[in-house]
Amino acid sequence: MKITYREAIRQAIRDALIRDQRVFLMGEDVGAYGGCFAVSKGLLEEFGPDRIRDTPLSESAFVGAGIGAAMNGMRPIVEIMTVNFSLLALDQIVNNAATILHMSGGQFNIPLVIRMTTGAGRQLAAQHSHSLEGWYAHIPGIKVLAPATLEDARGMLWTALEDPDPVLIFEHGTLYNMQGEIAADAVPVEISKAAVRRAGTDVSLITYGGTLGKTMLAAEHLAASGVEAEVVDLRTLRPLDTTTILDSVMRTHRAVIIDEGWRSGSISAEISARIMEGAFYELDLPVERICSAEVPIPYAKQLEDAALPQAATIVATVTRMMGGHG
Amino acid sequence: MVRIRRFEEKCAELYSASKIRGFLHLYIGEEAVAVGAMHALTPEDNVVATYREHGHALLRGVSANSIMAEMYGKQEGCSRGRGGSMHLFDAAARFYGGNAIVGGGLPLAIGIALADKLQHRQRVTACFFGDGAVAEGEFHECMNLAALWKLPVLLCCENNLYAMGTALKRAQSQTDLSLKAAAYGMPAWPVDGMDVVACQEAAQRATLAVRSGEGPCFLEFRTYRFRAHSMYDPQLYRDKREVEEWKKLDPIATFENRLTTQGVLDDAKMKRIEDEVASEIEKAVAFAEAGTFEPIEELTRFAYSAEKPE
Repeated sequence: MKITYREAIRQAIRDALIRDQRVFLMGEDVGAYGGCFAVSKGLLEEFGPDRIRDTPLSESAFVGAGIGAAMNGMRPIVEIMTVNFSLLALDQIVNNAATILHMSGGQFNIPLVIRMTTGAGRQLAAQHSHSLEGWYAHIPGIKVLAPATLEDARGMLWTALEDPDPVLIFEHGTLYNMQGEIAADAVPVEISKAAVRRAGTDVSLITYGGTLGKTMLAAEHLAASGVEAEVVDLRTLRPLDTTTILDSVMRTHRAVIIDEGWRSGSISAEISARIMEGAFYELDLPVERICSAEVPIPYAKQLEDAALPQAATIVATVTRMMGGHG
Repeated sequence: MVRIRRFEEKCAELYSASKIRGFLHLYIGEEAVAVGAMHALTPEDNVVATYREHGHALLRGVSANSIMAEMYGKQEGCSRGRGGSMHLFDAAARFYGGNAIVGGGLPLAIGIALADKLQHRQRVTACFFGDGAVAEGEFHECMNLAALWKLPVLLCCENNLYAMGTALKRAQSQTDLSLKAAAYGMPAWPVDGMDVVACQEAAQRATLAVRSGEGPCFLEFRTYRFRAHSMYDPQLYRDKREVEEWKKLDPIATFENRLTTQGVLDDAKMKRIEDEVASEIEKAVAFAEAGTFEPIEELTRFAYSAEKPE
């Protein structure tokens, strides 16, 4: 059947609410408004205000409340409108959600899922456009997911809810309208493995979330000129599936990381380091990175486009790499 | 109260002897608050505390042995030596931890209470926090949510007049903290935090209201810590005479006097209490001393769960 990324997430939430009475959705505008990205539209009518719970604009309180509820037997899904607003709840995520299991000597699990949008590309300017999932991937104690496909949007939530530890799901804002075919009986998916979305022999293009589409497009362009790119979708930024990354690099001997986060101190820096540590002698060329320009994301379209990784940049980078060492 | 006082005096001694490291925040002077408030709770209720929580943990039934072993960093400690003084946890006692971020426990308490409400359980969640937390945004977010959702939370503000070294009047435009809570539409009143009976009566009344489903209650326990904020604090910010004045209100001495006057307590009974406490603490120290350190191989254990909960 044909659905959107948005509908895939809604189905996943609905399915979770039906499956488990302990699940409830909480966040700003998730109820009466239908979700600021219309993800939870209709769920309030179906499940009522106890389970589709509108919150005040109090990120720290409602994220922390999700942690407390998870500690006391519930399976909350907390929605934060954008990753930028999650900074208001950073204390609860980093100091409580990520630490309590360890600090309590294993006594208190936090089976919490936090969903939020991330990324640029919709001319929303700096305070609604950043890609900070890489920051969260820095923190032990939480898991960080970035579904880039309909199957992952549909399937990751249930796996995340079954996970005993806090899981953050980053939904790229440009993906909600993405439409495609998905099996009517799509099932929960594994969340610990990266996926090879396109097999290739010449270069590994490593990416996730909102830049997967651009990367696939670039790979198609490259194929037209005889360069077979392998595309690795990380899917999970923490824990990173280093094995899949290294296996790919060992096949292709070249790697480009495409990441909408800023280059400095980014997840792409971590991946590059891991390739250096694990496959240095397999490399024909230095690892390259295509990241966002080191600037707050601007409003004006031409500037925003220029700030972000684009398919054309990927094609040009790979072409240059292949040209030098054909 | 005697038990908490002596336990912490021993902790201070052990700290000076370098047996206990890290930060150590003593509750000495404030014992009436936790004793009075906890008296109103049942074992089914939940407690969230701060980094000054040895007394709360002891009262909640976390054993002196496991608390002392925790201070020693031993794996027999209530948090396997991973939390230390500021992070005592005990799931069986429904003790949801010492939280060392000021105000950081409030959202947890809201969520714990929300879970009970959603599952139609009659539990109360008692959340302890200091006057310093009242300046945090989280405090205001949580007062609003607790009252808005009528959550079964007993909010216990331990107003000891100082946020670390900053006097309440230097940090708050409104120093009557119960007025702030009342502004959120919940019952809130000040309590003499140096009088254990007053604390107990207030907590009893508040807990009854919370348990009946009327929503949260806020108690501002006006108290004082006789010791420094932590063991590193030279207390340059307050006058020694002020401390001496408050010591005249020592909750243990005044309660002892009252009971003696009423003929309920005599020297022999008092000695028996002191002896029992001394014996318990001695055993706790021996237990901690005999405890073992977790092997380094276990370092990363519990960063993530090894298995799924039920």
